[in-house]
Amino acid sequence: MNTIAAGPFSRTARIYFLEIRSEFLRMLRAPGAVIPLILFPLMFYAFFGVMLAHGKDGALQSLYALGGLGSFGVITPGLFGFGAGFALDRGLGWLQVKRASPMPPAAYLLAKLGMSSLFSLIITLSLFAMAAGLAHVRMEGMQWTLLAVTLVIGNIPFCAMGLAVGAWAKPQSAPAVVNLIYLPMSFMSGLWMPLQFLPAFMQKIALFLPAYHLGRLAYSTIGVQPDPALPHVLALMGFTVAFLLVAARGYRLNPPSNG
Amino acid sequence: MSTARPVIARLEAVSKRYGAVQALDGLDLEVCRGEVLAVLGPNGAGKTTSVSLLLGLTHPDSGKVTLFDQDPSARAVRERCGTMLQVSRLPETITVREHIQLFSSYYPKPLPVEETLALTGLSAMADRRYGKLSGGQQQRLKFALSLCGDPEVMFLDEPTVALDVEARREFWDAIRSRVARGTTVLLTTHYLEEADALADRVIVVDKGHVVAAGSPAEIKSRTAGRRVRCVTHLSLEQVSRLPGVKDVSRHGAALEILATQAEPVVLALLSQDPALSDLEVSGAGLEQAFLALTREPRKEAA
Repeated sequence: MNTIAAGPFSRTARIYFLEIRSEFLRMLRAPGAVIPLILFPLMFYAFFGVMLAHGKDGALQSLYALGGLGSFGVITPGLFGFGAGFALDRGLGWLQVKRASPMPPAAYLLAKLGMSSLFSLIITLSLFAMAAGLAHVRMEGMQWTLLAVTLVIGNIPFCAMGLAVGAWAKPQSAPAVVNLIYLPMSFMSGLWMPLQFLPAFMQKIALFLPAYHLGRLAYSTIGVQPDPALPHVLALMGFTVAFLLVAARGYRLNPPSNG
Repeated sequence: MSTARPVIARLEAVSKRYGAVQALDGLDLEVCRGEVLAVLGPNGAGKTTSVSLLLGLTHPDSGKVTLFDQDPSARAVRERCGTMLQVSRLPETITVREHIQLFSSYYPKPLPVEETLALTGLSAMADRRYGKLSGGQQQRLKFALSLCGDPEVMFLDEPTVALDVEARREFWDAIRSRVARGTTVLLTTHYLEEADALADRVIVVDKGHVVAAGSPAEIKSRTAGRRVRCVTHLSLEQVSRLPGVKDVSRHGAALEILATQAEPVVLALLSQDPALSDLEVSGAGLEQAFLALTREPRKEAA
């Protein structure tokens, strides 16, 4: 229970703790909304990484699919969990109530980011289990770790992207907008099949998609077509900042609810 | 009367436009410490916009907004305020207690959670999820969130909208108990009865500016006080010239007359039309007073 004479630090810590708990309970108690987000990349992996991975290139294909669908997997909680979730709170008028309260805005954003990262970790580890268990992918412990870290941190730019969509789109249409971005962006970034198989102009477009850069980083960590990491890291950081600016502007301009 | 009580919230000549809609048009408003101020007006009068400005949720196109002499969006200011917004639904899967715990944590000296639950009559359903509450219970939880921080001032935007009569009265009692502890309250409503029941002072807002201000009694006395209904051959025109008549309208065969006092009107009616029938005299509620108040400027404008 809360004590009356809590110091400023423990008071702040308590806000963050309760904010995270609240977001966590919302997800836990409405699993119908999040389970498809986990199953989607797993189903894709079962198809591309396990069932279709045969013959002499089979092992490579299983590995490739792990990097690509891992990236695809962590985009999902960012765009749907964070982005569409933010739009939902905006539509309820709930965000407005919180905004009028003395809640530190960072607590709300951090709680949503925390949930998105937790989901990214669950998706990543589930994919790892499938890759190791069913597709017999073998890597160094360091590579597994590096890939997991890349993917979980790599979810952040997509949280920012989701926030930008959530701040601009009409609350009811945000999930549709997210869907419209999500699948084409994943496809055109080479997360489902190598970019070489796509027309040249599409390979150029990929440079301007954040998912492409995350995909390149993920592939590099597991030794598929290694690339210097720095340009991709900088690109992702640039996208994150840009999305946050767009989100902040949208949040200021668009009334958070229809009231 | 405005007393020596300090002003804690103030809108000065505030205008705000949303696209083609002029929501506020040079509105002035002051809330003094310890009072209950009701902002009364029809839908679209600018009530919600006024509250949004006072809470720093939106900014005025012109004019000045201060809360405790500061920018209302400062966190130190928000820690002294509780708010209940009109258009809001809470996350459905979170329980009453969890919602209150979270909101209480935002404030430096919140009420104990059990006390907040008891004050709002939610103790028995503390572990029920928001989505499983009735409409009235949901409204009470929103009220609980506005008072859990033990604020100095509460902003309640149409707090009893869509509640049944009994629930509304319970709500009024809960608000009164906060006021008795010295909490300042600004509430918006389009229920005139509510302003009459709760407020020390009423301002009537229409089309973004103040059309009347005063105690509920003053507002009533400034307009028609009694309602006279009868069937008569006298014309609207003739009746409107009778002493103290504020408003006349025809309802089928009958005329409805709003007047400051009923007796001189009835006397004049009977002397001019001895065949008059179906005479009825009743007290005009704030409802009629309000209609007359907001109708006048429209006549002038036409």
